[in-house]
Amino acid sequence: MVKFQKSKITNQFLKNFPLILLFISVLNEFDFNYLNLKYFSFNFPFILVFYWSLKKNDSLSYGFIFIAGLFNDAVIGLPIGLSSLSYLLVCGFAAYLRNITLRPDLIKDWLFFLMTICVTNSLIYFLIVVFFKVNLNYLDYVFNIIFTFLLYIVIAYFFDIYQRFVFKKEND
Amino acid sequence: MQPSRDDFVIAIRSAFLSKSAQQRFSLLLLIFFSLILISLSKFNFKAIDYVRMSFKEVAYRSSFIVSIPEKYIKIGYYSFKDHLQLYQDYEKTKLELEILKSKELNNKYIVAENKRLKETIEEIKFSNEDVYAKVLLDKDSPFLKSFIINKGSKQKIKLGMAVLDKGYLVGKIIEVNFSTSRVLLLTDLNSKIPVNIEPGGIQSIMSGTGKEYGEIQYFKNQKNLSEGDIVYTSGAGGVFKSGIPIGKIILSQNKNIQINYFTDFSQLRFVKISLFEEIN
Repeated sequence: MVKFQKSKITNQFLKNFPLILLFISVLNEFDFNYLNLKYFSFNFPFILVFYWSLKKNDSLSYGFIFIAGLFNDAVIGLPIGLSSLSYLLVCGFAAYLRNITLRPDLIKDWLFFLMTICVTNSLIYFLIVVFFKVNLNYLDYVFNIIFTFLLYIVIAYFFDIYQRFVFKKEND
Repeated sequence: MQPSRDDFVIAIRSAFLSKSAQQRFSLLLLIFFSLILISLSKFNFKAIDYVRMSFKEVAYRSSFIVSIPEKYIKIGYYSFKDHLQLYQDYEKTKLELEILKSKELNNKYIVAENKRLKETIEEIKFSNEDVYAKVLLDKDSPFLKSFIINKGSKQKIKLGMAVLDKGYLVGKIIEVNFSTSRVLLLTDLNSKIPVNIEPGGIQSIMSGTGKEYGEIQYFKNQKNLSEGDIVYTSGAGGVFKSGIPIGKIILSQNKNIQINYFTDFSQLRFVKISLFEEIN
């Protein structure tokens, strides 16, 4: 009985792991900034939200993504609602791609992800600079997009392994 | 076969409007809600401010707890780095100590003389209230350079107060909650501080660059400055006391006048918050 309960808890944990990871990443911002690598920064929540909205829509609830965005804004110091908007737009693009895709292809997903983050970041940059009149370094934003794009394929590879491991039975 | 316009509309509608057992809210509804929140951020309604402050309190505390493992990794990384250059640091410190010892005596005399002269000309005196705070969160974001401290309106922290580390200016308070506050660092692009460059008493504005150095703005004649000149707060604007040291001047090749800050912003653990008020 104890064993059964344990496995149930573990299963729940593994299934909700993308959501837990999303909250940890917005609260913790693990972006290796302390390494002081010039221009290096990436947006892990974008990769996570795009991947799981595309591949396993049920694993990330839109409501929780919205709340995660609010937490991210509070932690970073952005006006409340901006990150939620960006995450939800990423979800929207991923859902659209899912709807029009018959045969999934990693390279096509990757290129579509680039377009998604370019559009989303441009909108957020516009809102911060024009609407809120806060100065931001444009170059930092561009490098953030490039590194987020480059790291997508690496992180997607690990997520693929995780997905095969955890959701194998469901998929079968 | 080319996808028709109808297919595109159906795919978009399905993406933004559909709901399921897991997705109780449609994307469009939440996007709309985000836009309302963003619009409200622009305006200062008291009730919304309280909700926002409470939410931020929860977010900062949660973030502090979640960041504990990363904090230990960061501390480990820095102490490893420090160990590697321990001997070099020792030699440098020894040399600096010798120079400082010789300067100290001279300094004591100047301070006493300055005090006497100020009394003579009856300059406005400042009351100085200090509050010490712990740095709760320091994300070192490449976009917005700020950190969170564990003191807020409960400890009488106010907007615009100066934040110091070992006597050097590091930033100012830009957001106050009940028991937490946000400090905008001097390195942030949006940081603008009126400064005084000595010797010479040149008045100017120092701006953050988003990088590890600052820049002097609105200053035409670079010839009046030399490498190593010290930058202090000028006290213009009335929030900061004059004479808080900030950094040293570096003359770069691209004609910009840069400032090398005295503080290492990546190593802040505790800071001092000072309120300077004029006593008439």
